[in-house]
Amino acid sequence: MSESPQEETGRAACRQKSAEAAAAALFFLAGALVVYDSLRLGISWAEDGPKAGYFPFYIGVIICVSALVNFVMAMRVAANRTFVEAGQLKLVLSVLVPAAVYVALISWLGIYVASVLFIAFFMRWLGKYDWWKLAAVSVGNSVFFFVIFEIWFKIPLPKGPLEALFGLN
Amino acid sequence: MEEIQSLLHGFQIALSMKNVVLMFAGVILGVIIGVLPGLGGANGVAILLPLTFGMAQLPGGTTSAIILLSCIYWGALFGGAITSILFNIPGEPWSVATTFDGYPLAQNGRAGEALTAAFTSSFVGALVAVIVITFLSPIVAGFALEFGPPEFFAVYLLTFCAFIGMSKEPPFKTLASMMLGFALAAVGTDPVTGALRLTFGATSLLSGFDFLVAVIGLFGIGEILLTLEEGLAFKGASAKLNMKVVLQTWKELPKYWLTSVRSSVVGCFMGIVPGGATPASFMGYGVARRFSKDGAKFGSGMIEGVVAPETAAHAAGTSALLPMLTLGVPGSPTAAVLLGGLLIWGLQPGPLLFVEQKDFVWGLIASMYLGNIAGLIVVLTCVPLFAAILRVPFSVIAPVIIVICAIGAYTVHNAMFDVWMMIVFGVLGYAFKKLQYPLAPLVLAIVLGDRAEASFRQAMLVSQGDMAVFFSNSLVGSIAGLALFLLFWPLLSLLIAKLRRASA
Repeated sequence: MSESPQEETGRAACRQKSAEAAAAALFFLAGALVVYDSLRLGISWAEDGPKAGYFPFYIGVIICVSALVNFVMAMRVAANRTFVEAGQLKLVLSVLVPAAVYVALISWLGIYVASVLFIAFFMRWLGKYDWWKLAAVSVGNSVFFFVIFEIWFKIPLPKGPLEALFGLN
Repeated sequence: MEEIQSLLHGFQIALSMKNVVLMFAGVILGVIIGVLPGLGGANGVAILLPLTFGMAQLPGGTTSAIILLSCIYWGALFGGAITSILFNIPGEPWSVATTFDGYPLAQNGRAGEALTAAFTSSFVGALVAVIVITFLSPIVAGFALEFGPPEFFAVYLLTFCAFIGMSKEPPFKTLASMMLGFALAAVGTDPVTGALRLTFGATSLLSGFDFLVAVIGLFGIGEILLTLEEGLAFKGASAKLNMKVVLQTWKELPKYWLTSVRSSVVGCFMGIVPGGATPASFMGYGVARRFSKDGAKFGSGMIEGVVAPETAAHAAGTSALLPMLTLGVPGSPTAAVLLGGLLIWGLQPGPLLFVEQKDFVWGLIASMYLGNIAGLIVVLTCVPLFAAILRVPFSVIAPVIIVICAIGAYTVHNAMFDVWMMIVFGVLGYAFKKLQYPLAPLVLAIVLGDRAEASFRQAMLVSQGDMAVFFSNSLVGSIAGLALFLLFWPLLSLLIAKLRRASA
């Protein structure tokens, strides 16, 4: 961990028990949703066989039960260790947030332009690279994938205004 | 020997110019995938699967496609060892056990020996598993031809119960994760009644969740987030691998034949009964430590400590394809992705494959022999090249991998919704790993959910809703019984331990 700049912040952003409880609660919710929808579809037997909710109903019930067990098990542990340190969470978010923005950009700019921006941003922000290096890697990457997908395998990927400008759509 | 004849015919298919080129391309790609953080066997194959859609439509194309994809898998299995030994970073979960002795060896300047031992024993493990596949799979397939819906459901049950009974994670977390997979598989149109399930009015959910997207997100994005958190100190030992070191190590290796045999047996067993390569590698290491006369020195850099887990991991990774081909039940996430590929290409995995698609099956089995030889050649000659990939800084490699994952997720159905789902699954994968919810049963349940449900409903139709159908004859009864035994194994072992303590 010697290269991470936030090394000294060992403060816990979240404790083990809260994380376990949240996970169990989400599982329970998911299970309850499945049970609810199965009840709507019918969990009994129609003339021609089991109804659509027959199988998922039990799946939902098992999810709920195991969520409860997991919750109890997690609460019975005495020690409440750190689940994520603040510094770690910050590092994780520093990838996750740009990745989400990147996906949003794909629908708007197309995957090739969005990828150039994403890689350049990442290299500049976390790696502090020179501009010419950013440009070489990010543009090179998109050109490489353009050749592979659009030309070689003929699989169209999302394109945006820039490709339209060159008539590549 | 009918198998030998079929196999020779398979070699003819696999040895065509095109397929040999694909084999090497697959292995090289696979090693790169295995070395890179965030890309592994399962999601590497998932990302490249859409590229084979076109290829599979040509005559004989499905065989070429599966050769390419399975060789990527072999390559990834080999690649994991490189990062474990040189950088103490297991590139794949199954190479964690390789770091125990592999990295100390590298620190003592014996990286070349450790790598040679790892690659060679990987090869041996895979070879044993392929021989097992060659001779056992026609028998299993012939046996399975008699299977009806209750038997098939019992086999699915066995697979999933084995996960609960054998996983290192808490059983109820395994259960929760697996059932979530079943729930995700149920989303969309019910294939029997046509009713919409769990879509809650959202049109993008009509066709359900695609497991390929789940695999790319869970293993790809999730892994990147985890790698990031664990810090990025890629400080590796340098790798010098020349013919002299290789030959020297090869002279030493026959000493450990008994370790190899034990690990191969453990690996084949764990691969066929869906335990997977990761537990197999740990078991292989543990067994070797217990039986070796130098057991106490394990962990300080013993060649034997590299041989044991690598042999077991490869034997398990390879033999996981046996139930996938013969029963349509994959033994590992990567085998599950390959199974998905077969389905997309229009092949029906299961016992009939051995009757109807002889060329495909035997071409694939022959390519397993050849692919592993190709893999051994590639890794022994190109280690420095692959190690160099790891010296590329994370701030360059991480965004490129995310871009690759996004492209992979998009090409599955040409839908942006899938790319968003990939991010969601990425967060899920990260949280699951941190909270010790295993990912493999989740993936397997998403892949097998529909088929398991279909066979369950058919079985229920036959018996008019009577659960006793799963114990109606000795065949289905013994499979279902074994499944229940594995399911309650954690409880049983707890009970046995308690009784022992009470009597002591």
